[in-house]
Amino acid sequence: MGLVLKAEKINKHFKKPVLFHVLRDIGFEVEIGEFVTIMGKSGSGKSTLLYILSTMDTDYDGKLYLNNELVTGKPAQELSRIRNKNIGFVFQFHYLLSEFSVLENVMLPAKKLDEKSHEEIEHDAIQKLTMLNIGHLAKKRASRISGGEKQRVAIARALINNPSILMGDEPTGNLDSYNSENVFQIFKQLKEEQGLSLLVVTHDLDFAKRTDRIIEMEDGQIINGAYKTEKQIQMS
Amino acid sequence: MINWKVILGIAKTHMVTKMKSTVTASLGVTFGIGAYITLVSFMTGLNTLLDDLILNQTPHIHLYNEIEPSAKQPISFVDNFEDAFNIVHSIKPKQSQTKIHNALPILSYLRKDETVRGATPQVRTQIFYLSGSIELGGSLTGIDVMEEVRLSNLQDYIVKGTPEALRNYDSGILLGAGVAKKMSLDVGDRVQISTAKGDVFPLKIVGIYQSGIAEVDNVQSFANVKTVQRILGEAENYITDINVKLFDMNLAVPMAKQLSRQFKIKATDIKEANAQFETGTTIRNLITYSVSVTLLIVAGFGIYNILNMLIYEKMKDIAILKATGFSGRDVQLIFMSQAVLIGAIGGVSGLLIGLGLSRVIDNVAFETEALPTITTYPVNYNPWFYIIGITFALISTFVAGYLPSNKARKIDPVRIIRGT
Repeated sequence: MGLVLKAEKINKHFKKPVLFHVLRDIGFEVEIGEFVTIMGKSGSGKSTLLYILSTMDTDYDGKLYLNNELVTGKPAQELSRIRNKNIGFVFQFHYLLSEFSVLENVMLPAKKLDEKSHEEIEHDAIQKLTMLNIGHLAKKRASRISGGEKQRVAIARALINNPSILMGDEPTGNLDSYNSENVFQIFKQLKEEQGLSLLVVTHDLDFAKRTDRIIEMEDGQIINGAYKTEKQIQMS
Repeated sequence: MINWKVILGIAKTHMVTKMKSTVTASLGVTFGIGAYITLVSFMTGLNTLLDDLILNQTPHIHLYNEIEPSAKQPISFVDNFEDAFNIVHSIKPKQSQTKIHNALPILSYLRKDETVRGATPQVRTQIFYLSGSIELGGSLTGIDVMEEVRLSNLQDYIVKGTPEALRNYDSGILLGAGVAKKMSLDVGDRVQISTAKGDVFPLKIVGIYQSGIAEVDNVQSFANVKTVQRILGEAENYITDINVKLFDMNLAVPMAKQLSRQFKIKATDIKEANAQFETGTTIRNLITYSVSVTLLIVAGFGIYNILNMLIYEKMKDIAILKATGFSGRDVQLIFMSQAVLIGAIGGVSGLLIGLGLSRVIDNVAFETEALPTITTYPVNYNPWFYIIGITFALISTFVAGYLPSNKARKIDPVRIIRGT
């Protein structure tokens, strides 16, 4: 199996308000088609790590590979394109553009990528929405739908460009148990049916337990689960 | 690679959903540009009118023979009194002719000069208008009427009749409005005039001349050069004044000096004659432009404010756009295009409002004795004002949009999303 994501010796310091070593020598791998969660207490640096992995935060030392390609040190313009094409992102607070319709929200990253015609993009977007059972909401304004629905729209948006990896920052953190379960099932289904790689930061132990692997973090270091164990390799 | 369709699509959605702010910002530009166009059209219209009032009636260079005492009195020619203190009493003007010596060669010389737009001969003389036993003192000027029309807009001051009528009718006269009123005369009537020598001539009135200055209109009349020469019993080379119009008014001063030396003749230039007029024009232009620029700057600040607020409101949206793969430049372009669209929409409607107001002013009645041919306020529809207006609208909105949009470009999405 190939690697979708690989981190080598990532170190990060916060300079304000005081110099603080947030991440220490982080190194781990995510294989293609793997569903990995990052767990840890508040302040363990897991979200900070995720934003570095998402290429949005470039202020760090170390090396980051996406699809076996070094992304560290690339210019911002190129990182935007990598993010657009290869990374889908789901936040804790759904974060849709409230003035646009659900369909437009989903289509926007694909329009930016500009690899398909408008009709193809629209077709893809409706297909993703239907897959997530929210096809009927397509024409509604994004501000007019419920929280659980918003999170599913956000997932559809993350998937529109068929990314190599889907990242989530506590995607269920703001949802009730019914909707949380729903989101988990969607993720699982995406992994099983489409072989999508997933990397999710979460507090929710029940959620994490059912994934392929848990990376545990404490005080800016990975204490467990950075690489697949022998047992996991045999199982897969 | 910039995907304009997507960027403009987002900009459009922002503007449509924030219709109130968009309209407010555009209105700021609209009023700024509208006021600029109206003000500048009206003010330059007035300026041109006032300038023309002076410029048209004043030749750039006026050549004539002045009657004056000799600068060197006979006593200075005698060496014996060289070191003495000489007092000369009751000096008389030098005996000389009133006509310009060699007027015709001077005229043809001037007409060959490429910087000269035209040179016209005039014959000025004192006359009396006769009405029964009453004699009214006056002044008759012989002119080349069609040249005067071309060079000094004489037709603007002919309130009745036409300049062509004078050209076609040899014993015609353009009678001063004041004289005509005093003597109850009108176009088609005949008027008797008498020269200083006592010869009486009947002339037919082909037009009424009104300069707007009562003192002039009470005495001044015009006839053809040849007619006046005939009345005076003088030959064709009898010409008392030559008026010169140049293509470039600024050449008047050196040229007047040169002509004066070359032909030993008195030459006055327009700057000497109307020193104060240029100052007035400059100051009026200065006022117009400072008011207009102020208006446009105020409009620019309005746009800056509204975009700044919009960007604060859209912080989260900007973070999402960046997280989903829009670069800082894309985000900046989204807000820049909003600013420029507001500038374009506001600017174009400002031009239309400016044009509309100019039309209204153009139709407001404005009647004054001084300007017989003017019936409404003067407005200058110079297309350059419209080009300057729209350019300024776009530039000022561009600058006003640049600063906030640059801030949007630099927003760190991680900080917004993590809420720190």
